[in-house]
Amino acid sequence: MRKNRSYTLFNILAYLITGIAALLCFLPFLSVLSGSFTDNEAIVTQGYHLFPSKFSIAAYRAIFSFPEDVLNAYRVTLVNTVTGTIIGLFLIAMTGYVLAQKSFKYRNAIAFMIYFTSIFGGGLIPWYIVYTRLLHLKDSLLVLCIPGLMSPFLIILMRTFMLSNIPDALQESARVDGAGPFEIFMRIALPICKPALATIGLFLAIGYWNDWYLSSLFITSPDKYELQYYLYNMISGAKSLSELSAASGVSVSAASMPTESVKLAMAVLATGPVVLFYPFAQKYFVQGITVGAVKG
Amino acid sequence: MKKIGFFQELRRNWILFLMLLPTLAFFIINCYLPMFGIYYAFTRFTFGKGLFGGQFVGFDNFAYLFKSNTVWRLTANTLAYNFVFIVVGNFLQILVAVLLSLMTGKWYRKISQSVMLLPYFVSYVVVGTLAYNFFNYDYGMLNTLLKSWQLNPVDLYSNTTAFPFVIVFFQVWKGLGYGTIIYLAAILGIDTDLYEASSLDGANIFQQIRHITLPLLKPTFIILFLYSIGSILKGQFELFYQLVGMNGNLYATTDILDTYVYRALVGGSNFGMGTAAGVYQSVFGFILIVVVNWFIKRRHPEYALF
Repeated sequence: MRKNRSYTLFNILAYLITGIAALLCFLPFLSVLSGSFTDNEAIVTQGYHLFPSKFSIAAYRAIFSFPEDVLNAYRVTLVNTVTGTIIGLFLIAMTGYVLAQKSFKYRNAIAFMIYFTSIFGGGLIPWYIVYTRLLHLKDSLLVLCIPGLMSPFLIILMRTFMLSNIPDALQESARVDGAGPFEIFMRIALPICKPALATIGLFLAIGYWNDWYLSSLFITSPDKYELQYYLYNMISGAKSLSELSAASGVSVSAASMPTESVKLAMAVLATGPVVLFYPFAQKYFVQGITVGAVKG
Repeated sequence: MKKIGFFQELRRNWILFLMLLPTLAFFIINCYLPMFGIYYAFTRFTFGKGLFGGQFVGFDNFAYLFKSNTVWRLTANTLAYNFVFIVVGNFLQILVAVLLSLMTGKWYRKISQSVMLLPYFVSYVVVGTLAYNFFNYDYGMLNTLLKSWQLNPVDLYSNTTAFPFVIVFFQVWKGLGYGTIIYLAAILGIDTDLYEASSLDGANIFQQIRHITLPLLKPTFIILFLYSIGSILKGQFELFYQLVGMNGNLYATTDILDTYVYRALVGGSNFGMGTAAGVYQSVFGFILIVVVNWFIKRRHPEYALF
């Protein structure tokens, strides 16, 4: 029906514009990947290219010549991501469930109390003081986990999903059978909410994996650095790899260090798991935001 | 319905209360306790003297911020960036969503959508690395390219006019795929009969986009727009910090409220001032939301935020 000249013109435009957009989204990744495999000397003399001008894996070899630091950063990030996501997901689901109970008198008041925190707050410095002075969590691994557990946005998302997907009749019949609220939550609500759990879990996991900010604010000992913060230190030149290595007792002479390509190799290592996980993640993610993220 | 008191409700639904307890604790610690810290905006707080050791100075910190022009520059930057992010971001997201939804090529659509979502998943540290890889003065790809064309290399990291474009580019770049999905979902909800009927009436695809797709995207746009207005005074701290960092050359056009407060904190000398800037941001942003919401509630109550 629509196969006429204006539709052809439309398609040409569409391929052109989306093609450029997709290319611009992809090229930076390619350039970092290729830079990480380029001989450092070639980068210093000729600059970065889209494809390696002189292939080399020296950067990766340098990073893994003393693997403790990188692996440590990986471990901190991985443990943090897994525990934070599981605990956060559980608490968000439980909160969403309670706030979706029509028999609960204070559901709207508490929902507003949670929402209110997204439009007003005390600011960064008072928040920092609470964590360091009241809770004494400076340089503790807990402080990397707690602040990212929940957000008003994710709770509201969960609540909306619960409200529109768990039939009242089902809960009522479970109640008649003698199930308490917590049992109903575990046995009925959680299984029904799998798609929402996948999406929200993904939001949480990305947040934890990509975090560098909490490390930069609270963490003072390098062995507790998150992966992204480790990368940041390397890029910003605050600590070069040779300095970091000196701390771990292995000495590498600064001159033999492929400084430029190492930065990019580290970026590849910090992003790699996300990209590998991506096809799986994307499916749930798209489903989730399509289902009802818009109105929240 | 019979009125139920708090304790009656507590007895009746104590399991629900218990289930909420961790969440309530979280929001009290993470959000409500810090609100009391607004007090520090009125003091000369330093860590050495204990929590209440700072001298009370009334509105001195605020007076200084306003007199020194700092606040105006930071506010103007924050508002301007967020405004450009909203306009350019939404325009491109709508454009790509409309094109993807109506074009041919199922596989192409799927793949390009996946590729465009990729940037959403990477950390801002990596975004900073990508920028470094492109714009670094000595080795960056841009300068490699310029040199190979016998042109003079440029140093973007000290160019206050050009750097805002870099910031806008990466913000739009990171959000393109996510926004596109939301708009695509809205487009998929449009009744296909509308297209059929209009093409029977002789409308071409551009007319269909203009008279069917775009008008029906309006509600989605308004909702997203209102959400962004709600946080228009909250800057994209991670983006700015990873691209600009402590590069003072660029502050004139790239410093926003959030980066200023962060520096006050890590710099460690001016906590009172930093708190004051944060309080100003919070209060001003709050007033903005309430006012905008009030206007919307009067005209279109269905879009009101609360």
